[in-house]
Amino acid sequence: MDAIILQILNGLDKGSAYALIALGLTLIFGTLGVVNFAHGALFMLGAFVAVTLNKILTLSFTTVDETRTDFLGNPAKIETPYVEAWFGPEVGGWMIEWSVPLAILVAIPVMALIGLVMERGLIKHFYKRPHADQILVTFGLAIVLQEIVKFYYGANPIPTPAPEAFKGSFDFGALLGFDPMTIIYPYWRLVYFLFAMVVIGAVFAFLQFTTFGMVVRAGMADRETVGLLGINIDRRFTIMFAIAAIVAGLAGVMYTPILSPNYHMGMDFLVLSFVVVVVGGMGSLPGAVLSGFLLGILQSFASMSQVTSVLPGINQIIIYLVAIIVLLTRPRGLMGRKGVMEE
Amino acid sequence: MTKFDITRRGVLKTGAIAGAGVALPTIFTKRAHAYTNEPTGDTVTLGFNVPQSGPYADEGADELRAYRLAVEHLNGEGDGGMLNTFTYGSGAKTELSGNGILGKKVEYVTGDTQTKSDAARASARSMIEKDGAVMITGGSSSGVAVAVQALCQEAGVIFMSGLTHSNDTTGKDRRANGFRHFFNSYMSGAALAPVLANAYGTDRKAYHLTADYNWGYTTEQAIRESTEDIGWETVNAVKTPLGAGDFSSYITPVLQSGADVLVLNHYGGDMVNSLTNAVQFGLREAQANGKDFQIVVPLFSRLMARGAGENIKGIFGSTNWHWSLSDEASQTFTRSFGEKYGFPPSQAAHTCYVQTLLYADAVQRAGSFEPCAVVEALEDFEFDGLGNGPTLYRGADHQAFKDVLVVKGKENPESEFDLLEIVEITPVDQVTYAPDHPQFAGGSLGSCNNGA
Repeated sequence: MDAIILQILNGLDKGSAYALIALGLTLIFGTLGVVNFAHGALFMLGAFVAVTLNKILTLSFTTVDETRTDFLGNPAKIETPYVEAWFGPEVGGWMIEWSVPLAILVAIPVMALIGLVMERGLIKHFYKRPHADQILVTFGLAIVLQEIVKFYYGANPIPTPAPEAFKGSFDFGALLGFDPMTIIYPYWRLVYFLFAMVVIGAVFAFLQFTTFGMVVRAGMADRETVGLLGINIDRRFTIMFAIAAIVAGLAGVMYTPILSPNYHMGMDFLVLSFVVVVVGGMGSLPGAVLSGFLLGILQSFASMSQVTSVLPGINQIIIYLVAIIVLLTRPRGLMGRKGVMEE
Repeated sequence: MTKFDITRRGVLKTGAIAGAGVALPTIFTKRAHAYTNEPTGDTVTLGFNVPQSGPYADEGADELRAYRLAVEHLNGEGDGGMLNTFTYGSGAKTELSGNGILGKKVEYVTGDTQTKSDAARASARSMIEKDGAVMITGGSSSGVAVAVQALCQEAGVIFMSGLTHSNDTTGKDRRANGFRHFFNSYMSGAALAPVLANAYGTDRKAYHLTADYNWGYTTEQAIRESTEDIGWETVNAVKTPLGAGDFSSYITPVLQSGADVLVLNHYGGDMVNSLTNAVQFGLREAQANGKDFQIVVPLFSRLMARGAGENIKGIFGSTNWHWSLSDEASQTFTRSFGEKYGFPPSQAAHTCYVQTLLYADAVQRAGSFEPCAVVEALEDFEFDGLGNGPTLYRGADHQAFKDVLVVKGKENPESEFDLLEIVEITPVDQVTYAPDHPQFAGGSLGSCNNGA
C-alpha cells in the first residue's frame, strides 16, 4: 500500500510538468492549428530564465584577500555578489536563495515576449502550409534554441537549488498513519504540484469566465464564423500563443530544483507531452491535463523494481504502449471531440 | 550493323564507377609507405578525438585544453610542464627535449565524438584518412573508446585512450594498438572496498543503480564483488536508461528494499541527477537497519562534483588523479594548466596530457613512428613523474598500473575548485590483478598492426 501511494505521489510532479506542457500544446493546436515542436524548447527556456536570474543575482566583484591563497598559491580572490553589497548581506542573500520563485516574475514577461516573437516572426508564415512543414520548422527552431543555450551555458546540468525552506523532505507516510520513513516526499515536489494546479486553474478560469476567453473558445470551435462576426481572432490567437509560452516557461522555472536544467531537457519532455496530447484527445484541454497526470503516474508505477523485474524495460515503453491501446480503442483519445484534425 | 550509343545514362554510370574507384579509402590502396600515415615532412599530425558536443562536452573541452598544452610543451613552448618531471623506471630523465617528436614539429587535428560510438568512429576515420593522423587519442566514454580502439587497430595507427573506466577497454575488448593510462572499474572496487569497510562497517546491504551500458555493467560487477568480499550483501541492482533525467522513481523504492547503502554507478549528468534526487528524497538523513543511510559514487570527477553542488559532501568515490596532489609532477601540471586557463585541470585533462607525452616519448625511444615499434616501446614500460607515482604499462593487456585515489566530497571547500578531498592513496599492489582475471577474461591483444 505505502509503495502504491509513493508511486502516485512520485508521478504527480512529472505528471504536473506533462500536464502544463501538454496544456500549452493543445492551446496552440486548438487555436492556431499548428503542431508546435518548439514547445519543449519553451519549457527549457523557462528553466534557463531561472538559471539566468540566479546568475545575475550572483554576479560578483572580486577583491583580493592577501591572507588566503588560491589553488596556485597566489593571493585568493574573494567574490562578493553585487546584490549583497547593495542591499546588505541579509536581503541580498535572501534574493539569491529565493531566485527560483523570483524567476516566476521575470519569466512571465520574458516568455510572453519570446512567444510573441516566435509566433509573429516565424510560425505565422506557416499557417497555410501542411502540418509536415510546420513540424519541420518548429523542430528546427527547437534545435536552434537548444544550441544557443548550449553555447552560452555549456552541456552539463546546472544546479539551481530551491530555497532553504523547501529543500528537505517530509514524512508523508507518518501523516497517514503508516510506519515512519516509508513514504518520503520532498517539499519542493509538493510545491510544484500545487503550483501546477494553480496555473491550470488560472488558464481554465481565464478561458471560461472572461470575454476574451469566450471569444477564443468560440474561435477554437469555428474560426471562420467568429472572423465573419468582425472579431479580430488572429490577434487573440497570437495572445494565446504567448499565454501557452508563459505556461510552458513557468513549468520550466519551477522544475529547475527538481531536475538541474540542461539544454536538451525540453526535448525529453516534448515527445512525451505529444503522446499526452494524443492520449488526452487532440484539442481537448481537460483531456491534456488528465492524461498528463495519468501518464506521469503510470510511468512512475512502471519503473518500480517489482514491475521491471517481471517486464524489463517496461518503464521506457509504457507510455507508448498505453497510447497505442487508447488510440486503438478510442481513436480520438480519452476526451477528444469529433471533427478535430479530421477534415 | 553495330551501333555505338553514347547515352547520357551510360556516361553517368561509367563516371560513377570510376569516381567510386578514385574515392576508395586511401587506407586500403596506399602502399607507398611502410606503415599508415608515415610522416615524411618536418611535421607530424596527432588526432584528438574528444566529445565537443553531447552530455560529456564539458569533459571533452577540458581534454582538448590538455592536448593543446601537451602539444605546446612538446614543441618547446610554455614552461614545459611535466616534461620537466617525467622520468623512466631507471631514474633517467625523458628523452623528450621540447623540439617536437623525433625532431618533427607536432601538429594536431580535432574531431567531435559527440559521445556516440558511430560519430566517434567517423571522426577518427576522417582524421586518419584525410588528415594523416599517425595517432588517435581522446574520448570520454567507454563505449566510444572500445569502438575507436578497434578502428585504430584495423587502420594501423596507435590509440591512446582518454577517459575510459570500463574493464572492457583493456579486458575483453583490448587491442594491441591501444593503450589505457586511466584506471578501471576493478581498481575502483579494490580501492574503495577497504575504505568503505572502515567507514561504514562490514554489515551493510547495498542497492545498486547502474547506467545501462558497457561501463555501468563492469562498474557494478566490480563494486559488487569487492564489497561482497568484505561482507556486504547486495540487495538489488537496477539498470537505468542513459540520460534518464529524473531518477526519482528509481530512488523511491530504495528505502523500502531494506538496503542501507545506495551505490550510484552513474557518470556525468546522470550522476548529478540521480544524486540530487537521492538527496531530495531524504536518503542522506534516513536511517535503515539501525544505521545511517549512505551513498557511494564509484567514479568521481571534479566536473561532476561541481554539477552536484553541495549534495556530494561526505560521499566516497574514486578518481584517477586530483589537482590537489602534493607531488612535484602534479603541482607542475596544475600550475602550468592553471596559469594558461585560470582553473585547475580535471582528471580527464590529466590522463589525456599524460597519454600524449607517453606516446611522444615512446616514439622518441623507438626512433620511429611505426606503430609496432611504439607498441614495443610502451609494453612493460615503467615511468614516474607524471602525477600518479611509479607506473607500469603492463605488456599483457596495455593497462597502466599505478596508485588509485579514494576521495570524498569535501565538507568545507575553500574555493569553487576545492570539492574533493583525498582520503587515501591506495597503493598499486592492492589494485593489481592478473591479466586473465574473470572480470577481464575473454579478450586478446592480437598482434600489432602497422597498416598500409
